[in-house]
Formats: sequence, C-alpha cells, structure tokens
Amino acid sequence: MSALLPWLDETAHMYTPLKAIVFITALVPLALGIWDGFHDALGANLVEEITFRSGRWTLRFLLITLAITPLRKCTGWSGVVRLRRMLGLYAFFYACLHFTTWLWLEQFFSWADILEDLGKRRYILVGFGTFLLLLPLALTSTHGMQKRLGGGRWKQLHQLIYLAAGTALLHFFWLTKADYRDPLIYLCVLTSLYILRLPALEPWITRLRSRLKPPTTRG
Amino acid sequence: MLIKNPEQIRASEITPEAIYLDRRRFIQRGIGTALLTAIPASLASAASRYSTTEELTRLKDITRYNNFYEFGTSKGSPGIHAGALSTHPWSITVSGACEHPGNYDLADLIKAAEVEERIYRLRCVEAWSMVIPWQGVPMGKILKRFAPTSKARYVAFRTLLRPAEMPGQRRDILPWPYREGLRMDEAMHPLTLIATGLYGKPLPNQNGAPIRLVVPWKYGFKSIKSIVSIEFTESEPPTTWNLQGPDHYGFYANVNPAVDHPRWSQKKERRIGDIFKRPTLPFNGYAKEVASLYTGMDLRKHY
Repeated sequence: MSALLPWLDETAHMYTPLKAIVFITALVPLALGIWDGFHDALGANLVEEITFRSGRWTLRFLLITLAITPLRKCTGWSGVVRLRRMLGLYAFFYACLHFTTWLWLEQFFSWADILEDLGKRRYILVGFGTFLLLLPLALTSTHGMQKRLGGGRWKQLHQLIYLAAGTALLHFFWLTKADYRDPLIYLCVLTSLYILRLPALEPWITRLRSRLKPPTTRG
Repeated sequence: MLIKNPEQIRASEITPEAIYLDRRRFIQRGIGTALLTAIPASLASAASRYSTTEELTRLKDITRYNNFYEFGTSKGSPGIHAGALSTHPWSITVSGACEHPGNYDLADLIKAAEVEERIYRLRCVEAWSMVIPWQGVPMGKILKRFAPTSKARYVAFRTLLRPAEMPGQRRDILPWPYREGLRMDEAMHPLTLIATGLYGKPLPNQNGAPIRLVVPWKYGFKSIKSIVSIEFTESEPPTTWNLQGPDHYGFYANVNPAVDHPRWSQKKERRIGDIFKRPTLPFNGYAKEVASLYTGMDLRKHY
C-alpha cells in the first residue's frame, strides 16, 4: 500500500506535500488521455494513440527517474531522492498500460499471434524484455522487500533500470519507420544522464555545485 | 479544377455527408427505392458496380489521419500543415513512350462530366484500413488520350516538389519527390482511379489534392498524392518506399495477408473506428477483379 500511496508511508518517510504534488502530477497524462478519449480527441486510431502515449510516458518516467541522482549531485538537494521510488513506479504503471494495450486491444489475447510477433519482430521482443526487466524492480520496491533482500543486493538488482531504459529506447528506434528525430532526442537525454554519472565528472560537478550555492556569509 | 469552375460541379459532388450516409442506409436496408427519387438522379446513377456497401469511415477521420510525409511524419501533421498548399493553377507533365506528351492543365485533363463515385476500401501497409467514397475518373480513360506506344510497359508518377509549402520536404526523411509506379495493365484496370474528390467535395489537401491515384487492391502508399508528372516507361520505374526499404516495401505491394511486413503481421487490420482487428483479405477483397493480372507470378517474391 505504501508503494501506491507513498505519503501514507509512516515507517521511513513521512508525508511530504512535494510527494503528494508529484503523485498527482504524474497522473495528468492518464487523466488527459481519458479526457481526450471521451472527447473524440485521440485521433482516428484510438488503440495506436493509446499505445504511443503510454509508451512515451513509460520512457519519460524512466528518464525522470534516472535524472534524480544527477539532480541531487548537481544541486545538493538530497530530499529529491525520496521521489525516486514513486517516479520509478510510475514508469512501471505506464509500462503496464502499454503492455496491456498490446496484449488486449492489439492482439486480443491471441497467444499464437503473440508468440509469432515475439519470435519474428525484434522490436516486440525487446519491448517485452523491457517489461520483464521492470517487473522485479516494481515487485521489490517496498521497504519490506528492500529489508528482506538486504541493501547491497537490492541496490544491485535495481541497477537493472540502466539496462531497461536502454532497451526501452532500442524498442523505440526499432519500431520507427523513417523519422528518427524523436528517438534521437530521447537518446541524447539518456546519454547525458549516463555521462553525468561518470566518476571522472565528479570534480566538475562539485565545482558546479559550489558555484550554484548561494553565498552563506552575512554581513 | 472543381473549385475553378464551380458551375461544373455536379450535384453528386456537393452532397453533404449526412445524405451520403442516409442513402447508404436505405440502400442497405433494401427499402430505399421509393425514397431514392428524393435524391438527385446523378447521385443515384453514380453507384458503381465496383463500390462496396460497407460502412463509410467518418470524413473527420479520413481528414485527420493521413500518411503524407510531405507535411510531416505524424498522422495528424498533414491535416494541420496541408492547408498552406496552393493547388491552383495545377498542371501535369506527361512524358515518355506516348504520342501526345506535353504539359496539361488539370482542367483539360479531367472533365467534370466524366467524374464518377467509387466507394473503395483503403488498406494501409501499417495494418489499418478505411472505407472512402472517392470521386474520380478511371485512370485508363485518361491514359488512353496520351496514346501510349508499344514501348510503354509501366507508368511512373511523381508528387509535387515544393518545400516552401511542404515542410516535410525540408528534411531528408524520404528521397523527394515521392515516386510511384504501376505496370501498364494495372494502370489500365477499371478499378484504378484518378481521384479528384471525396465525400462529394474536392479532395482535401491532406488527402492528395488536387489529383491522386487510388489503387484499392494495393497498400495505400502506392496511391500517390498530388501528382505533377506521368511518365510512360519501358522498364520498372524506381518507387520511393522501395528505395527506402527494398525488403519492406515491394514494387507490386498488393495487399497480401500471407506476406508479413518485417515489422508487423499483415494477417489482420484495424478498420478505423473499430477497436479490434479484422482479417485482411487477399488483394484487399478485390481478388475476383485483379488476381488474374498476376497469374504465374510468385507473389511471395514479388510482394
């Protein structure tokens, strides 16, 4: 329950207004989708539009989740880390919508077609693989699971997100027909987020942070 | 050309969508005989034996869901950007193996009096489909006027190249201008249409104004839009999507549920307006009319 409604979590993190705001904001894409659906604004191919939107929001939330650590390092704002689990779970939430749309509205649970699709088409396979990578991360996202696994192992497991973000983007590249502009933008963002983690950049980031910090001395 | 000479517009071409739908409803119920007298005679007589009686796709969807990369690669882009395209004046260059090559004004090429209605299924290579009431002229009628010679074995078409009004052409997504082609017997087939309108109105820009090809048994990308050039050739002409991905898009591109696109199955399609998919038919349901054009050909090889 605490994973779904994080501000009710009394064990480790207390309610914070910021968490509540982020929780509500992250539901806006879903709310907009439902609104558009009822107002004939999802375009002519409803299923395709739902697939596109849920897929893009999965990728965006993966990138936002991966942006937390660089953001903390660059700004020194450690509180932002408390948002990470919720954001990661939102990536999984939109991934579930995306996956369910494919399974149900696209394939109508026709297992033969699904297996054929997986066997024949690499972008389907890598998309499915991404979902499988995110699944254990979501299942072990609670404090209970974190304790049961132990900090070290839990951390190791959750490094799968680096792989998942990469395969999600590969899925996007491989399904693109001709215009690679959008997947290239996502690639730039993801690469920057990886680069910002390089140990070689630590001194540079420390210097940047000290410059960003407002002067604390008073006259 | 229909806009240029409004007095030439036939009643069938200004019939509102609602009447179209009504007409179809009582024809489908088989009780419309008495009521049909209320409909302009030209419209009643326009029903072609090649037209389908399936439910029409909404005009709104036909005009907001388009693959017309000249105006952007998303389905909504053509509906947003195509308004800037100026289609008057419009002329078409006819060249190659024919006795009457030249530069023809659109109005001289298509006489309003010979325009007829054809309700066709349109199957996109991306596994979606529509049912569209086109207005146009069977292409054979037009091509005959240029008196193609015995050397004319194929017809090649080109779309307008005008990056100033076609923003998609400012990026190298495809090798511009867009090109398509047909074998001569395919081009002369009575199903093959040169369309100038849909739903009784001149073609909306995003649907290929002012003049486009409609080949209902082939994937949609064969039905080239906004045509400015027709050339009779002796050998198979290069075509855009075939150049872009030879193993993905063949020259023939006949609708064929047995040959998958490398990235998706062609067994099923989603009719726009439906949620779930339906089976795709060989030659998009026009096998009876066109299968004989391909006897002896291996359609798995010539996809």
